[in-house]
Amino acid sequence: MRRQLCAAALAALLAACGGQQQDQGQREPYASTYAPPAAPAVLIRHATVLTGTGSRLDDGDVLLEDHRIAKVGKDLPAPSDAVVVDAQGRWVTPGIIDPHSHLGVYASPEVWALSDGNEATSPTTPNVWSEHSIWPQDPGFEQARRGGVTSMLILPGSANLIGGRGTLVKNVPATTYQEMKFPGAPQVLKMACGENPKRVYGLEQHRFPSTWMGDVAGYREAFAKAAEYKKKRDAARGKDAKGEPPDRDLGLDTLADVLDGKILVQMHCYRADQMATMLDVAQEFHFKIAAFHHAVEAYKVAPLLKASGTCAVMWADWWGFKMEAFDGIRENIAMVDAAGACATVHSDDPIGIQRLNQEAGKAMAAGWRAGIDIPRERAIRWITANPARLLGVADRVGTLEHGKDADVVVWNTDPFSVYARADLVYVDGVLRFDRANPPAQPDSDFKLGLLGQREEMP
Amino acid sequence: MKSTMIGNGIAAALLCGASLPAAAGTVAITNAEIHTLGRAGVVAHGTIVIRDHRIDAIGEAVQPPAGARVIDAAGKPVTPGLFDAYTSLGLKEVDAVEESNDAAPSKPRYSAALDAADAFNPRSTLIPVTRVEGITRAATAPEAGESLIAGQGAVVSLGSLSNWLVKPKAAMYAQAGESGAKLAGGSRSAAWAELREAFDEVRHAGMPRLSPDHPSLLGPLDVEALKPVLSGDEPLVLYVNRASDILAALKFAEDENLHLVVRGGAEAWMVAPQLAERQVPVILDPRLDLPQRFEILAARPDAATLLQKAGVLLAIAMDDEFNTHNARNLRQLAGNAVAQGLDKEAALAAVTLNPARIYGVDGTLGSLEPGKIADLVLWDGDPLETTSFPKVVFIDGQEVPATTRQTELRDRYLQRLHLGPYAAGK
Repeated sequence: MRRQLCAAALAALLAACGGQQQDQGQREPYASTYAPPAAPAVLIRHATVLTGTGSRLDDGDVLLEDHRIAKVGKDLPAPSDAVVVDAQGRWVTPGIIDPHSHLGVYASPEVWALSDGNEATSPTTPNVWSEHSIWPQDPGFEQARRGGVTSMLILPGSANLIGGRGTLVKNVPATTYQEMKFPGAPQVLKMACGENPKRVYGLEQHRFPSTWMGDVAGYREAFAKAAEYKKKRDAARGKDAKGEPPDRDLGLDTLADVLDGKILVQMHCYRADQMATMLDVAQEFHFKIAAFHHAVEAYKVAPLLKASGTCAVMWADWWGFKMEAFDGIRENIAMVDAAGACATVHSDDPIGIQRLNQEAGKAMAAGWRAGIDIPRERAIRWITANPARLLGVADRVGTLEHGKDADVVVWNTDPFSVYARADLVYVDGVLRFDRANPPAQPDSDFKLGLLGQREEMP
Repeated sequence: MKSTMIGNGIAAALLCGASLPAAAGTVAITNAEIHTLGRAGVVAHGTIVIRDHRIDAIGEAVQPPAGARVIDAAGKPVTPGLFDAYTSLGLKEVDAVEESNDAAPSKPRYSAALDAADAFNPRSTLIPVTRVEGITRAATAPEAGESLIAGQGAVVSLGSLSNWLVKPKAAMYAQAGESGAKLAGGSRSAAWAELREAFDEVRHAGMPRLSPDHPSLLGPLDVEALKPVLSGDEPLVLYVNRASDILAALKFAEDENLHLVVRGGAEAWMVAPQLAERQVPVILDPRLDLPQRFEILAARPDAATLLQKAGVLLAIAMDDEFNTHNARNLRQLAGNAVAQGLDKEAALAAVTLNPARIYGVDGTLGSLEPGKIADLVLWDGDPLETTSFPKVVFIDGQEVPATTRQTELRDRYLQRLHLGPYAAGK
């Protein structure tokens, strides 16, 4: 047992060394320092397994070994020293991935000092990175973990047309954000359509942009500049470099990386017509929009989303809080899915993130009532495989397949039920939450001594 | 084209519904698992008879009367219509569209005098969206806005364009705690002083003021509105969360002799014995388990269970800005409380009978008992489950139309995109 632990630790160390930490003294700035600690192999047996690939396996087994999914099947033999979990009557799914969260950047408590999600001083701020705002002590992370969330995209807010870079994290306890950063995941760029930018700048500050056409002009001007910058940057690179590189501009670096396809665009957009306009902007400047977020009217343009390969990131039922959210319907997610486009569920909320499984359940049932047949093995993809796809990590997480990261949740019952609770949550094969043995102390420093659990004074 | 016709049909149906006398007739729901929330408890396999507006009979041996419309429940559950203990239904269409939002004034000249019933729109598109999900009654109230005292709420029916006002001036709403302190200039002490002064002004109405130079907090209409609160006839629903704020509220209510209801109550579980002893109910959102504010540091997911066990009268309602558009998620909140240990019937009571008790309308509403108003829901599964939905909703003995603006949007695009029932091959 001990030998195996040591071997796993060594492997993890080697992996870390061989990856981004090429030289102890020369770590790439802002690179992930996350490496899962050693963990024994785990064999989960006799569960109802939703694999995230669209399959359901009754009385199935899942083997986690060396931080990876080793095998999914029936009657798998237990390796010696493996921890065996009898999951009879329980359900197993891939770890939930929230493609839209502000945990850490709009942390709890929601005080000014921890409100670091919107650099609302200019409508275009591609130079900022949300990861620099993440407060790892946000108690929201551990509550999300109890809800089975193993990865989440931390985004800047939507005040700006171009809000800055976002970062994928693994939901593990950490003192620095680098210890949570998903190794090797592409960064993303947050952009925003519609009411928010024109309200924050036009209405509240009497400056550009104050209209939707102003919003569109703002994106186009930014990408026109980025195209020029990229041309100079490309020319100065490589063996046949011609000319001087441009003066370094952090914002244009980001946008040029978008044009290079290295950074994925995640665009806050509610209205159907605005999504269509943005697909044209993307076409004009030759970049791709990975997903429209919130996408309250995605059901109206589902074929367009399918054709462009753009995902829709949606709520199960939020509607009506703004004019652009007035046409929200419960069947949005099911209809986008049924039309053959990529449908996902997100929270955008520290309370909602704790029950994305229930949100998917509501959306699935709304589909049933609309005559759309959605089995549970398909609906689970809305919170696992599909978000992995739009985040560019489908080869790493989102399904229970050999070689993928062992991000796994064991649920006490059907995960779409209102009564479902995560019993066991594994991140990279490491047990990070066990409902039967909850940690004696909270993970967040902030919650220490604040719980009101122990009242020892009279 | 089809959707236009559907739209006209519904408009016509609504008009007819409004002008017709209540010819609901007699309905018998047979073969049902009836959660009465009354003395009969759960009738595992029974029949419920509705005659006109009222419940006529419930029981295992009850037979459908001759000529009654019979609905076979096929063993599915029937519950009372759900009752939202705190929402602004009928007061707003779109939060961020000011013209359509009357939940709270941004520059209030009045406070206690503001009456939700004056602004209530029974034709709000939100009402059908909410009632098709089984919510039949609501305490619709002003939002906590820019004044410590927000104004008066009303108990309304979600099933009538004409007789929607069930109980006017059902409660007065106010806030203390963090938000109250902020409004009072930045301290809790200032907020309590201001609330005390307001009630003093009511108590001394008509008498010469001790210090005429000190500006009044209240206008004459506010004073009038607060008189039934001061006499204890109208409950004061006070938004407080921190345990110490709740204790301060108990003291305030005792000093002023008020009929107090705590809304928020995130830390109420810490002072549950005191609340139970004083018979002060709590309107709680069981989802809120994060220290999102300093006043809710000890919020915990099983708070509803702890309050129930301590004997506190518990209602469940949303405590966030979605408590109006998504009032329909009331039962999901109750389900989450059950997942955290609350007894299922107690959770149902927290969204049916207990709100009716809090607002003093439990004589006619909140449970299924002969003689009570026939607000009830036949569900297609466990009423608290995410995947369940009403099969039929009755308000005042009348079946509620299943159509809403949202189902019309859905049907238009299902048809346009050839999805669901319009998919190729179906």
